[in-house]
Amino acid sequence: MINTNFFINILRFTLLVLVQVLVFNRLNFFGFINPMIYILFLYWYPIKENRAAFIGLSFLLGLCIDFFSDTMAINAAATVTIAYLRPVIMNFVFGVNLEFQSFKLRNTTKVQQITFLALLIVVHHFVFFTLEIFSFTNLLLILKKTLAIGLATLILCLLFSTLFSVKKE
Amino acid sequence: MQQIINFLIRYKTFLLYIFFMIISLSFTIQSHSFHQSKFFNSSNWVTGGIFETSYNITSYFDLKNENQKLVNDNKRLRQILYNSKIKDTVLIDSSNISYTVISGQVIKNNYADQRNYITINKGEKDSIKQDMGVITDKGILGIIENTSNKYASVQSVLNEHSNINAKIKNTNHFGSLIWNTEHYNTVQLIDIPRLVPITIGDTIVTGAMSSIFPENIPIGTIKKFDLDDSKSFYYINVSLFNDMTNIKNVYIINNPNRKEILKLEQETISNDQY
Repeated sequence: MINTNFFINILRFTLLVLVQVLVFNRLNFFGFINPMIYILFLYWYPIKENRAAFIGLSFLLGLCIDFFSDTMAINAAATVTIAYLRPVIMNFVFGVNLEFQSFKLRNTTKVQQITFLALLIVVHHFVFFTLEIFSFTNLLLILKKTLAIGLATLILCLLFSTLFSVKKE
Repeated sequence: MQQIINFLIRYKTFLLYIFFMIISLSFTIQSHSFHQSKFFNSSNWVTGGIFETSYNITSYFDLKNENQKLVNDNKRLRQILYNSKIKDTVLIDSSNISYTVISGQVIKNNYADQRNYITINKGEKDSIKQDMGVITDKGILGIIENTSNKYASVQSVLNEHSNINAKIKNTNHFGSLIWNTEHYNTVQLIDIPRLVPITIGDTIVTGAMSSIFPENIPIGTIKKFDLDDSKSFYYINVSLFNDMTNIKNVYIINNPNRKEILKLEQETISNDQY
């Protein structure tokens, strides 16, 4: 069981990096919207796992994206931030349900899933564009980009997560 | 001691987070103040290799268009050649050449970020070095920033660090070409004095001050101009000739005299200080 999980995560990691870099970094919708769907890795990652390994892996994921898109370590910083904040966000969204032994992401309601994903995306994009633009005089630009690109990311992530969801009746 | 260890164990995830954050922030901040990092760029062999594979697949889809562009370029050059007064054979003394041109293809193009970099499939083994100029058949594209054995990354004109010497065609009024990160089709020309007569539609070309680009390479036309805050210089919006979203064949220009020019300038400055 641990083994299959491990391989699934490695497969996801590679596929998400390749899809992000070769497809979504070139989308340039309206000239500036490049959705960052690799956040799905953090959304899908098993909940009851070693947190240190999770943060390390997220850093690596961000760094891989950075290598391809010439953005220094901005993706890495943003991804590590949401990896660290993920338990906090989960507590906020799922509340007491998280305590159950049988808690699974797919057993939660659609609204909870969307809120969870949206919060991850908003925090990630805000950190990302703050670091990219790097001046608070352009706060409006940061917010505009966070909102526009975050929305695109959210829609695409939702599509992907429904496309690859495991149905068990 | 016990307490320190307890503290470390208790906050180990937070400390790990801080550790990774500091690493990434230091790389990022370093890049804001200086050149792109030697280490973090897409011209290394892994990323370059993946981009090249993808380029090899996708390049077939618009071969027709690319061929048309190259034919048009040839047509233009032939027109110049047939109309020039010089005989059709020009003796070239290789010791006397000041610019050499290498051709390359773009394998990764970015224009939506604040600092855009382009990756091309030529590198050190094709004798490409840092600070060479990159142009297309229509106009300038950027400057080589980092090289690996087979690939090179180019700092595009659409980069907030970009600063290229440019002038208004047929005059000697020069300024600096920068980008305000707003639109991928418009760059800005600053430091042109107010007394210069300019009109909308004037052509902007590269200036003679730079040792990277030859003089008179086209850049774009004036779209809109205003006076800047000091009211003594123009702030000119230039719309580029190049379609930055659609670039494939590029030419890399090498100026062998650049080293000599830089050395001379360096010596002059250091002499000045005494």
